[in-house]
Amino acid sequence: MTLLDWMPFSVLLPLIAAPVCALLPGRLLPWALAFTAVAGSAVISAFVLPAAIEEPLRYAFGNWPPPIGIEYRVDAVNALLALLISAMAVVMLPWARLSVNQEVPERQGPFYALFLLAMAGLMGITLTGDAFNVFVFLEISSLSTYALVAHGRNRASLLSAFRYLIMGTLGATFYLIGIGLLYIMTGTLNMADLAERIPEVADTNAVRAAFGFIIIGLGLKLALFPLHRWLPGAYANAPSATTVFIAATATKVAVYVLLRMVFTVFGVEFALNMPYREVFFTLGAIGILFASVSAIDQPTAKRMLAYSSVAQIGYIALAISLVSVAGLAAGLVHIFNHALMKGALFMAVGAVIYRLGSDRIEDFNGLAKSMPWTMLAFVLAGLSIIGVPLTAGFISKWALIQAAIAEGNWIAVVIVLVGSLLAVVYIGRIAEAAYLRPAPENRPAIGEVGPGLMIPLWILIAANFYFGIDTSLTLGVATRGAEVLMGTGP
Amino acid sequence: MDLLGHYNYWIVVILMMAGFYAVIARGNMVKKIIGLNIFQTSVFILFISAGKIIGGSTPILRKGVEVYSNPLPHVLILTAIVVGVATTAVGLALAVRIREAYGSIEDDLLIEALDPPQEPSETEQ
Repeated sequence: MTLLDWMPFSVLLPLIAAPVCALLPGRLLPWALAFTAVAGSAVISAFVLPAAIEEPLRYAFGNWPPPIGIEYRVDAVNALLALLISAMAVVMLPWARLSVNQEVPERQGPFYALFLLAMAGLMGITLTGDAFNVFVFLEISSLSTYALVAHGRNRASLLSAFRYLIMGTLGATFYLIGIGLLYIMTGTLNMADLAERIPEVADTNAVRAAFGFIIIGLGLKLALFPLHRWLPGAYANAPSATTVFIAATATKVAVYVLLRMVFTVFGVEFALNMPYREVFFTLGAIGILFASVSAIDQPTAKRMLAYSSVAQIGYIALAISLVSVAGLAAGLVHIFNHALMKGALFMAVGAVIYRLGSDRIEDFNGLAKSMPWTMLAFVLAGLSIIGVPLTAGFISKWALIQAAIAEGNWIAVVIVLVGSLLAVVYIGRIAEAAYLRPAPENRPAIGEVGPGLMIPLWILIAANFYFGIDTSLTLGVATRGAEVLMGTGP
Repeated sequence: MDLLGHYNYWIVVILMMAGFYAVIARGNMVKKIIGLNIFQTSVFILFISAGKIIGGSTPILRKGVEVYSNPLPHVLILTAIVVGVATTAVGLALAVRIREAYGSIEDDLLIEALDPPQEPSETEQ
């Protein structure tokens, strides 16, 4: 038995650890258990990725062969996503300890249990090859995320969590309607079977309606403009640790499901007969511009970064609307790189909240003197989100621009450039406050945060630069994944 | 004939729209959750309608029965019902907490508290 046979355990470890975690007393024990489960999951994912690139891995649950049973089917696309989710969790948890101690002082066992459930749900969505199983895991991760968001410092987090719950449940139910219509038409829920049977019935309104329902439902989950209204509040009011994790992973997993449904299940041909390209191109483009402009005048840093996340979803939508291997690869690379940069940005802001108890933009005034390393990290991650060469953000934007040029889509190129300039403005606003403005006189003397918050932050910053220089892992795997999705690879 | 023959699907559509409308148009959070439940219930009926086979018997293997109804949609919907109950529970729990924190669960009154969140955090140091 090799580690590859343990593949399902990258989902099961956090899922099994969660109820135990909820019962553990104190602060250290729940955290330690959560970290162990997550680390195990990450190790398995790291071993699965190289194998899955060679040949898709399969595992039939309960030894029921598909299509009767539920099958996990892992290829280059979802192996990359699984590694991203578990690795982000491993980097985030050590950071979370101090931050959670401050923001969620009591009952940390249930908090970490919710975190494990959210993570298990995201991993499950990623690995499963069954369309209904996706819905179940989608709801496992969403329900625990609503509760995680509601743990925020101020009471507005409750309202944000409620709004997220309404929108998220509508999204999941829309997805369920789509799956139901597909099941009625084909009699199967296994994604590979669906892909075989859909072409026979493709020319029916039921299948077209299913496509529409699934796109809208997932659009809500991935916060595609204009379905993004839940996101800024949820990100801004959630505890910092929650924000770091869900900003890096949750919406990206919804993008993955979208790619899987559109390209693997419905197929490229079907998508091109529907207005898939036009819808995603238009909404992506408007989303980039609208969200980037909105980000500029937000009162708090987390809210600003949340709008920036909506804009980044726009880039991904733009990339996948190109329907080419290069475009999908750019989208997948941006999913990966955006997790690195947004994780780092939210960690830096989280460190400021840890020290100041506030993330209002004017409270950043003169902060570079008291917290030089945190602010330097913020600026470096900001450069990555702007897309300065040598950073990970540059790689994904470069890939996107090249893919757009190859398709002769010059509007996309212009929009990416304008979006980057707008990112300069909103990142620059905080950099200006921190470096150029004087600190308020009544601020108590604060120092730099300790290594517990600093080391994970700088690991992500280092990753931003590493993946900005060595692109063989990200761009290589993403291209492979894009070939799988387009059906030109194994 | 066909119109009436598919009456269960018409019920699905009516329930779906009624629930969806309640979620969007009602400001009261409990009413929103009720709307959400109606919306989800319509999907349950959609799935279960798909499992019925005319002349089919209950899906228990026994002698003398040739045609069975499809049991899979029922199983799926059992799962979906559990998900729906969990969602309702979390939603109502949040509504209770919101009522404690704000003294109201009317979305119209609370919307300004959320956009933009200018209120200072309670644990500010």
